[in-house]
Amino acid sequence: MIGRRDAIAEVLKDRPDNLLVISGLGSPTYDVAAAGDVAQNFYLWGAMGGAASMGLGLALARPDARVLVITGDGEMLMGLGSLATLGAKAPANLAILVIDNEAFGETGGQTSHTGKTTNLAAVALACGFKQVATAHKQADLVSVKQLILEDAGPVLGVIKTGSDELPRVLPERDGHIIRNTFKTALKNQQNGESK
Amino acid sequence: MKAESFSFAADDWRAGIFAALKQQGVQQMAYVPDAGHASLINACHGDGDINCTVLTTEEEGVALLAGAELGGQRGVMLMQSSGVGNCVNMFSLLKSCGFPFVTLVTMRGEWGEFNPWQVPMGQATEETFKRSGFVVYRADTGEDAAAMTGSAMRLAYDSTCPVAVLLSQRLIGAKDF
Repeated sequence: MIGRRDAIAEVLKDRPDNLLVISGLGSPTYDVAAAGDVAQNFYLWGAMGGAASMGLGLALARPDARVLVITGDGEMLMGLGSLATLGAKAPANLAILVIDNEAFGETGGQTSHTGKTTNLAAVALACGFKQVATAHKQADLVSVKQLILEDAGPVLGVIKTGSDELPRVLPERDGHIIRNTFKTALKNQQNGESK
Repeated sequence: MKAESFSFAADDWRAGIFAALKQQGVQQMAYVPDAGHASLINACHGDGDINCTVLTTEEEGVALLAGAELGGQRGVMLMQSSGVGNCVNMFSLLKSCGFPFVTLVTMRGEWGEFNPWQVPMGQATEETFKRSGFVVYRADTGEDAAAMTGSAMRLAYDSTCPVAVLLSQRLIGAKDF
């Protein structure tokens, strides 16, 4: 079984300078923060179902960046329609990574649809995503990392993980600060590049 | 991006809305279609500098335009009043983070409405926006619609707040079946 926190640490290890990450509420936000609390992370603490759509708006606005949305199966399921929107819009610089524990982990671990019948990678493919990949074991992470960081999007990776509860790593919770930090980082990056 | 040609009919007041959006530098437009927005949607699609995204549900547009703003682009969402209720929890993203946001809403269920199913959400639209922290404008004439669109963009992006412009059913014309 793949450990979620180690997997996200591995995916974000030596992250490229142009990588912008949006994390879905709950454990994905803690996992992303644990891998490195940097200004190019936008942490969601709510707005369930909106992470992929937010990634789309950012990816369209910043074609020079690689946008990676890291979210959970419950959050992705709530925004299932957004996979159709992403597929139709087909931004080459957008990747979705679903940490799939097949459960609603924040609310008592109730089995989610992916633990029953839904295959999110297959849904994404049917919506027109260019490529998808699912990691069932540690060795699969290399190809998933390559897919979500480098291959032409939209792409979707799934990491099948366990439902163990890990210590929470809590980044900034004030949305105004998160937004300003992120925008300032983008501005500084642009200024740096134009020098 | 290749621009397609589109011209508004001579008496189409939506031309004024489009001009205001262009003047305010809108680069992304997200929408769930409505007949009342049809020519405006076509005009945006025909503009090489506006990136248009058709949504499966309106709440996607709230998150999408927040993402666009993070990346430094201005946007607008077009929807009809029945879609406003779909957005309610996603509006918390705007309030929690201080995102500017503008939506133009074609009203149903308020003026000679044929379809009773449109009335509940139509009647609740203004109150829903206000309770979600929006500034709400209501346009009953084409001139108002254009002026309010420009004003809404300035208020949202200069003073960082969400603004809704309601295009009244009296202005749009009740749908005939």
